[in-house]
Amino acid sequence: MSFRYVSRTLRLRRPFEAARCVNGEVTSKAGRCGHGAWQTVGRRGIASTANAERVLFPGALNSQFTNDMQFIRPQSLDAIPTYRVMDQNGRVLDKEVGVETEDGLAVELYQNMVCLSIMDLLMFEAQRQGRLSFYMVSAGEEGIAIGSASALHPTDVIFCQYRESGVYLQRGFKLSQFMNQLFANRKDGGLGRNMPVHYGSKELNIQTISSTLATQIPHAAGAAYALKLQNIQNPEQEPRVAVCFFGEGAASEGDFHAALNIAATRQVPCIFICRNNGYAISTPTSDQYRGDGIASRGAGYGISTLRVDGNDIFAVRRATNEARRLALEDGGKPVLIEMMAYRVGHHSTSDDSFAYRQKVEVEDWKRRDNPITRLRKWLEGRQLWDDVKEKELRSAKRKDVLKAFEEAEKEMKPGLRNAFEGVWEDLTQEQRMHAKELKEILEAYPAEYEVGPYEGGVGDLDALLEEKKR
Amino acid sequence: MAASRLFRPASRLLSASRPASTLRPAFRAPAAIPSIAQCRGYASASGGKEMTVRDALNEAMAEEMEANDKVFVLGEEVAQYNGAYKVTKGLLDRFGERRVIDSPITESGFAGLTVGAALAGLHPVCEFMTFNFAMQAIDQIINSAAKTHYMSGGIQPCNITFRGPNGFASGVAAQHSQDYTAWYGSIPGLKVVSPWSAEDAKGLMKAAIRDPNPVVVLENELLYGQSFPMSEAALKDDFVIPFGKAKIERQGKDLTIVTLSRCVGQSLVAAEELKKRYGVEAEVINLRSIKPLDVEAIVKSVKKTGHMLCVESGFPSFGVAAEIMALTCEFAFDYLEAPPARVTGAEVPTPYAQKLEEMSFPSEDLIVNYAAKLLRV
Repeated sequence: MSFRYVSRTLRLRRPFEAARCVNGEVTSKAGRCGHGAWQTVGRRGIASTANAERVLFPGALNSQFTNDMQFIRPQSLDAIPTYRVMDQNGRVLDKEVGVETEDGLAVELYQNMVCLSIMDLLMFEAQRQGRLSFYMVSAGEEGIAIGSASALHPTDVIFCQYRESGVYLQRGFKLSQFMNQLFANRKDGGLGRNMPVHYGSKELNIQTISSTLATQIPHAAGAAYALKLQNIQNPEQEPRVAVCFFGEGAASEGDFHAALNIAATRQVPCIFICRNNGYAISTPTSDQYRGDGIASRGAGYGISTLRVDGNDIFAVRRATNEARRLALEDGGKPVLIEMMAYRVGHHSTSDDSFAYRQKVEVEDWKRRDNPITRLRKWLEGRQLWDDVKEKELRSAKRKDVLKAFEEAEKEMKPGLRNAFEGVWEDLTQEQRMHAKELKEILEAYPAEYEVGPYEGGVGDLDALLEEKKR
Repeated sequence: MAASRLFRPASRLLSASRPASTLRPAFRAPAAIPSIAQCRGYASASGGKEMTVRDALNEAMAEEMEANDKVFVLGEEVAQYNGAYKVTKGLLDRFGERRVIDSPITESGFAGLTVGAALAGLHPVCEFMTFNFAMQAIDQIINSAAKTHYMSGGIQPCNITFRGPNGFASGVAAQHSQDYTAWYGSIPGLKVVSPWSAEDAKGLMKAAIRDPNPVVVLENELLYGQSFPMSEAALKDDFVIPFGKAKIERQGKDLTIVTLSRCVGQSLVAAEELKKRYGVEAEVINLRSIKPLDVEAIVKSVKKTGHMLCVESGFPSFGVAAEIMALTCEFAFDYLEAPPARVTGAEVPTPYAQKLEEMSFPSEDLIVNYAAKLLRV
């Protein structure tokens, strides 16, 4: 019997079983055919009776029959509300619920947001001076990255897009680590193989950023499935979730839809966090989608969804915290949070956004609302912050960033052996010849080749050639 | 515009696929080309005007849109932003948002949409910001665009042009530097062209839009800003270059360098260097069209020179150069005086480090060295 034949017969069999189950004729099999909604509808032959009130099609359960034809018109529905804890002036809206974030932590979050914005400013300038090849700033979205990272467990696995430097900062990625990656020096964990801002950290459980758009979303669903199994296998360990960040533009890619659908059908503990900042490079949201943002798509996939004011770090934290609780409930399920913000900066150092939006629009946004100033207003309201502290913080962080920057710039480059490693586990014969030849040339013409800045100099090639095959 | 309408039937004849005998091998160049096209297609470099590849592509699209209202452009940032690389600059102002359309970031979606539009009778030009992003839409290109005409028994043509930068682009690391020529070149049902000069760009782009088949136009980001002289004929709005015809960019008698896209320019520089250093005359063949491929031109040249070096920027394994070496051996083995050789991109994920990146792609020096080794000079 051919494989093809087998697979065809298997495919045919399934609907029959399901049908029998729905009609309740084979009660012993009822347990096999369903989760969730299937089990809630245990009534006998409803679809087949003449006066049934609800549909029992396999694809739409509990749907009521109606003779009133009403198309769903999303335009006429109210937009999904945006959750916030405090208003633009930093005043808490519901005094009874208040803010669960302690004062000390709030100050720390504020300091991290300021640090991130200072780093962004300096690195953007450094790129303009030609000292860095590329950079991407987070201006306007600091609250989303830092707020959500602060509400997660350190062991949760995070997949970032590329505008989430704050997640790294909040998790403990040091300024020196940022700078080493930007300069691709010998201490860069990525060995200089990636563009700047494509950070990664195994210790911090953050996957290395990949340039290819939206590919991280299905990966996160897959990682969450693995975590689900691990959570079952190791019940005494702190259960983990996967967290995935992406922009509203990435949510147009097919990968987004595939990821949410499979995450829902597999019921995996995954928190999808969409940073809706209004622009996908130059494409405004009006050209990106016509529905009610990204949040409206969650319900379509049967995923619990919330829209949050991304400029309100307390709302971000509370939403993420609750999402994590939901994601781990009943063995796991996906959650979608759409965090609203405005991309104050250019897309990247390769972009000039004033070609497609008015400068005044950006200035308006900067004045109107911003995650940093909003938290500062709250802190000031509680007498936790003032101009003196602000000045001190800014000058200290500036110094820290510049120190790390200068150190990283001076740091040695990765050793020469890196030019031969990373594709084959052991050196191939051809590579061995290349390495030998390179070594001979470097030794024969020391005045022609500046090997000083490379870790280990020519000796690094010796080490490579002497290494025994593993 | 009257002139373009007048000449339209002739140019259509030249770019349209014509019925072929069933036994015609796939690699053979199309049969006879009308004489009117021959004198038009091959322009001499006598014209005084220079043009960048970017402007040539822009002009080609504008002229075709002007001449045929079935033609429209769709892609990411092609309208409002004038194209990520400014190739579609001014088209929105000129043709309006009905024909120059910005797409959400959904390659599989908009590639599928343009294929659908082509199946319904329009002539879409589908721009990918780079061909690296077309991987998201590969199913639409390979399984829908390339196959529908054949699988519908010939009743459903798909007149679509996929275009965008391909291959080496400085400073964008492994995931954004890939050359997909061999990928698309291996698919029956697709036509694939790869322009080098501004004339190539204009003539091939216009022919691609007019061709009733799906055509993939593989441009190169680093060529967009380069200027080339345009001949009188190439400046006219009825200028098209026939598919399946290579162009001899430099005559020579000692070595045949077969190359395409950006490597043509590098090979020409290398050929001058070979002459200066070794007194060797290399013939440089600009393939222009990958599928159909002009095997005849290669064989003819190898008969004359006895040596073949292929230069391309894709990965070496199963690549364009591998194919050209194989074809040379199949059809011109007895004329070869030395084993054919190739200069290709390095078989590594493209490094981000500038120096390593430079070493991952053919350079003029490398071509000279390989040629000298091949010729034993």
